[in-house]
Amino acid sequence: MRHFLDFEQPLAELDSKIEELRHISDGGDLNIADEVARLESKADKILRQTYQKLSAWQKVQIARHPERPHASDYIQALITDFTPLAGDRGFGEDRAIVGGLGRFRGYSVVVLGTEKGADTEARVRHNFGMAKPEGYRKVRRLMELADRFGLPVLTLVDTAGAYPGVEAEARGQAEAIARSIEGCLKLKVPLIATIIGEGGSGGAMALAAGNAVLMLEHSIYSVISPEGCASILWRSAENAKDAAEALRLTAQDLLKLGVIDQIVPEPLGGAHRSASETMTRTGDAIDAALRPLLGMDGKALKAQRRDKFLAMGKKGL
Amino acid sequence: MNWLTNFVLPKIRAVVAPSKEVPDNLWDKCPNCGQMLFHRELEANLYVCRACGHHMRIDAERRLKLMFDDGKFTRIELPKPLVDPLKFRDRKKYVDRLKETQAKRGPNSDALAVAHGTIGGSAAVVAVFEFEFMGGSMGMAVGDGLLAAARLAVLQEAAMIVVPSSGGARMQEGILSLMQMPRTTIAVEEVKDAGLPYIVVLADPTTGGVSASFAMLGDITLSEPGAVIGFAGARVIEETIREKLPEGFQRAEYLLDHGMVDKVVARGDLHDTLARIIGMLRRRMPPAEVVPLPSRSEAKAEERS
Ligand SMILES: [Zn+2]
Repeated sequence: MRHFLDFEQPLAELDSKIEELRHISDGGDLNIADEVARLESKADKILRQTYQKLSAWQKVQIARHPERPHASDYIQALITDFTPLAGDRGFGEDRAIVGGLGRFRGYSVVVLGTEKGADTEARVRHNFGMAKPEGYRKVRRLMELADRFGLPVLTLVDTAGAYPGVEAEARGQAEAIARSIEGCLKLKVPLIATIIGEGGSGGAMALAAGNAVLMLEHSIYSVISPEGCASILWRSAENAKDAAEALRLTAQDLLKLGVIDQIVPEPLGGAHRSASETMTRTGDAIDAALRPLLGMDGKALKAQRRDKFLAMGKKGL
Repeated sequence: MNWLTNFVLPKIRAVVAPSKEVPDNLWDKCPNCGQMLFHRELEANLYVCRACGHHMRIDAERRLKLMFDDGKFTRIELPKPLVDPLKFRDRKKYVDRLKETQAKRGPNSDALAVAHGTIGGSAAVVAVFEFEFMGGSMGMAVGDGLLAAARLAVLQEAAMIVVPSSGGARMQEGILSLMQMPRTTIAVEEVKDAGLPYIVVLADPTTGGVSASFAMLGDITLSEPGAVIGFAGARVIEETIREKLPEGFQRAEYLLDHGMVDKVVARGDLHDTLARIIGMLRRRMPPAEVVPLPSRSEAKAEERS
């Protein structure tokens, strides 16, 4: 059973009708086959219409869709010889951050991602993609490894944010994030960050100060969750929809603001409807962003990254 | 120096005497212990409760005064970024909120004040947060202000000191407030690359995106006693994770115990502590010994011997 979002209810109904008809016909009955074809074209039309005019809140839901491909899916599809590397060498291994060495279209790279996990067991193991200080320190460590050997860094961002817990605070969550951002900015190799789902606040920023920042069409990137923003500014989490609009957290708005560099188009109906197509498109976009950077020397790469962030805020919406 | 072309050089502004607010009440109450404190005495004690030692929040002007030598400094005018780039509105328009706050705190003001002068005789640029301005929240104005401070420090070969007092990012500037994390990190790097000291004095509160960027990147990190410092808000931790918060959680002393700050310094000792540290970092040789010239008769006596 496909998981439908609340605004996709008309689609869900059509989908179950089609399923039912298919079940009773076994493909022999021509009348039923016609009806299935008719319903399918109707569903396709509704899907097209719905996804043409998505609200910010609808995008928030798609970005958090439980079947949306996660960082590990991208690594599996786009990276060969992936060799995971673990630990921050100070405290422990944070499985909310997956990372290691691998080859992207032939090039050796360091790949890092926040991993939410695909099922209950994996979600718990990866702490729902919410990293602790040791996770950000692992990011910094692997970035330094990349720098030492001249390997480009690819990051895949999908997190609700850094883990808000007592232990994380005790071990210096703020400092760990600050050092991770600093690590991104110090790199003398290309850093391509891709927001594949949720880009939640400082926990996302820690991996996203890149030479190129790509965003999937229906992913989101924000300073605070719409729910958190609503509960502070509207004094009620029920205004999350309003907050989602006000925060301008969609890829389309962020491109206009110059905060991201490119949008990766998703298959009709969102990345989860065709993971393989999503992977190909994302891989092509990363490839295209990486190529011009490969010819630049370390100093120029660092300067390009700094200038890009310093120029932000010059244009509004 | 290509940044001169793409960045407004801070204009030097004459020192404006702070408007002397006449306290409508002769007494203040300590928010921590409830002790009634005579206003003039409290002011003389740098807004530290004489009964319990609680460090109250103070405004930027007062803080600058206690940090520089003889309380003398020159404020600089900060760049004026684009106003309300997102056209943000919650229950109220952000532009209106800004205007209201600026009506109270000064035209074109924001949550940061920058000044230069000397500390212990060493050149220093100090950037302090104004908590009363929308909770000291960091948006474009604060980010640009910290960049201006960093560049002034580099120009003057001065130490840079930042005193954050901020709840974090300014939500009304959305993603652009998040982008101040890398932008202020770049400001810090410019100071460090120039071989100049970058010192942070954490004041109450330092949380969210402010704590997770420039505030935690100091060469040396000091803190005021009792200041709340952390990434996630205590309420968020309690509500979402349902963890019991330990005694003194996220206070300066807790961070000291956990290795996150170098030293907790009482407000009254801050100037001298900074003067000593900056002096040691910047004047590495012992001062040249003053040797009296030999008198003529002594010199002659030496010649004869
Ligand atoms: Zn008291």
